[in-house]
Amino acid sequence: MKKSYEEINEKIRNGKAVVLTAEEVSELARTLSPKEIVRRVDVVTTGTFGAMCSSGAFLNFGHAEPPIRMERIELNGVPVSGGLAAVDTYVGATDCNPARPNYGGAHVIEELVAGHAIELEAWGKGTDDYPRRHIRSRITLADINEAVLYNPRNCYQNYNAATNSSGRTLHTYMGTLLPKLRNVSYSTSGELSPLLNDPTCRTIGMGTSIFLCGARGYVSWNGTQFNTEKPVNDYGIPIGGARTIAAIGDLREMTTDYLRAAYYEKYGVSLFVGVGVPIPILDEDLARDVSIRNEQITTNVLDFGDGEQPVCQTDYAALRSGTIEVRGQRVHTAPVASLAKAREIAARLKGWIERGEFLLTEPVRPMPEHSEIRGLKASDE
Amino acid sequence: MTTKVILYFPSDATDKAVTYDLVKRYDLRINILRAEIEAGRSGSLLVELTGEEPMVREGIAYLEGCGVTVSPVASKIAYDRERCIDCGNCALACFPQALTIGAPDWKLHFDPERCIACKLCLKSCPLGLFHIEFTEA
Repeated sequence: MKKSYEEINEKIRNGKAVVLTAEEVSELARTLSPKEIVRRVDVVTTGTFGAMCSSGAFLNFGHAEPPIRMERIELNGVPVSGGLAAVDTYVGATDCNPARPNYGGAHVIEELVAGHAIELEAWGKGTDDYPRRHIRSRITLADINEAVLYNPRNCYQNYNAATNSSGRTLHTYMGTLLPKLRNVSYSTSGELSPLLNDPTCRTIGMGTSIFLCGARGYVSWNGTQFNTEKPVNDYGIPIGGARTIAAIGDLREMTTDYLRAAYYEKYGVSLFVGVGVPIPILDEDLARDVSIRNEQITTNVLDFGDGEQPVCQTDYAALRSGTIEVRGQRVHTAPVASLAKAREIAARLKGWIERGEFLLTEPVRPMPEHSEIRGLKASDE
Repeated sequence: MTTKVILYFPSDATDKAVTYDLVKRYDLRINILRAEIEAGRSGSLLVELTGEEPMVREGIAYLEGCGVTVSPVASKIAYDRERCIDCGNCALACFPQALTIGAPDWKLHFDPERCIACKLCLKSCPLGLFHIEFTEA
């Protein structure tokens, strides 16, 4: 049996679509075959809520009188891009003032979404058409023109788990790693994770409507470092980070329930981003894909105390059990991304679709079929 | 009984050998979990006192008589539950496993009894939601 996007959308419009979360369908798949799942289920919703550093927002402040060509811009003291004309900026989540490393672009974005006023200060050299050289203002999301979240790389398809064999505590973006293999951290939402439910991105491409930080957003492109060439396990799951998405959405429609600034000791600022992707069950292959279970999702455990060398492989059922074995030692595991929030996101998206408020969109450009990532050679080596 | 307390020693505190007295007079077993001393100024100790209940009470009264402030430890650690996103970063760092996250709800749980006030949660929470007054002694 095959279904088209149009058939599924028709059911959604009529309030007749059967929508399950990726966890619910994985449970159902213990007793139902993919053939039966295509017949019974129309859409599967996924979710993730994790720190995604490659995120940020485009803002347009509007022109003052006399106008200024902003060349150096600070928001709440955080230097942001002055490389766009003349009153546009891009606030990168990790932008920060080194004098105050625990407050950065992500915090500015969260404050805007929360409705708080922020301090804008900008400088320009003064030109014939933009004579002003300095401006200060207090702005809110309501005052400015466009405010668009645009994240170049979100939602890694899979992610390596982390541990530390060295003799000292490491403060990393994968959390506080205790010395001598005393803990292991992991990041994806496993069987609920968006890109693990459609591992070749058959239904995820430019234009796909998604849940983004509480609003309807879109996949705008493949994410950066998009990698199709990672080894896959017996279930077709890439082992370690592979595909990614770029995501876009209106900051004004978002909520701090699903967008939160983060600061990692000795690492820097990042942004917790909530993403949910709906997967249409078009055929048996997709039914099989969304039925993936935690024990079938493999990942590497990397040793951050030894140049990120892989120490072993594990799976998400083991990681979620609370302990795994590393080099013959029982090691405590904990997540660094919120499964509770990921579940909320999948459930909310499910609700939107069930109520007919959210239709599925077919990608207007597919993801790259072959793409591998290159390293960077330093010129002075 | 066993009780976990934070002892604050102001700079002008007793010159008595209080730990010796606690062992000798009150027959208490003292387990020092954490010590912080600022040279020439104040200091604080996180200790576990184990002994007969009246002896523990009397031992604490003796300490207070010596100018030492004694606070039960549980009231000293808190996090902002409202803003918590249940990411798990604190539970990863919490080796005594006072902070845990897991099935079925994957929400953060805090068991003050297991907390040894190591402060790793303060640094590991990416939202900076933890507060501990132990450092303010």
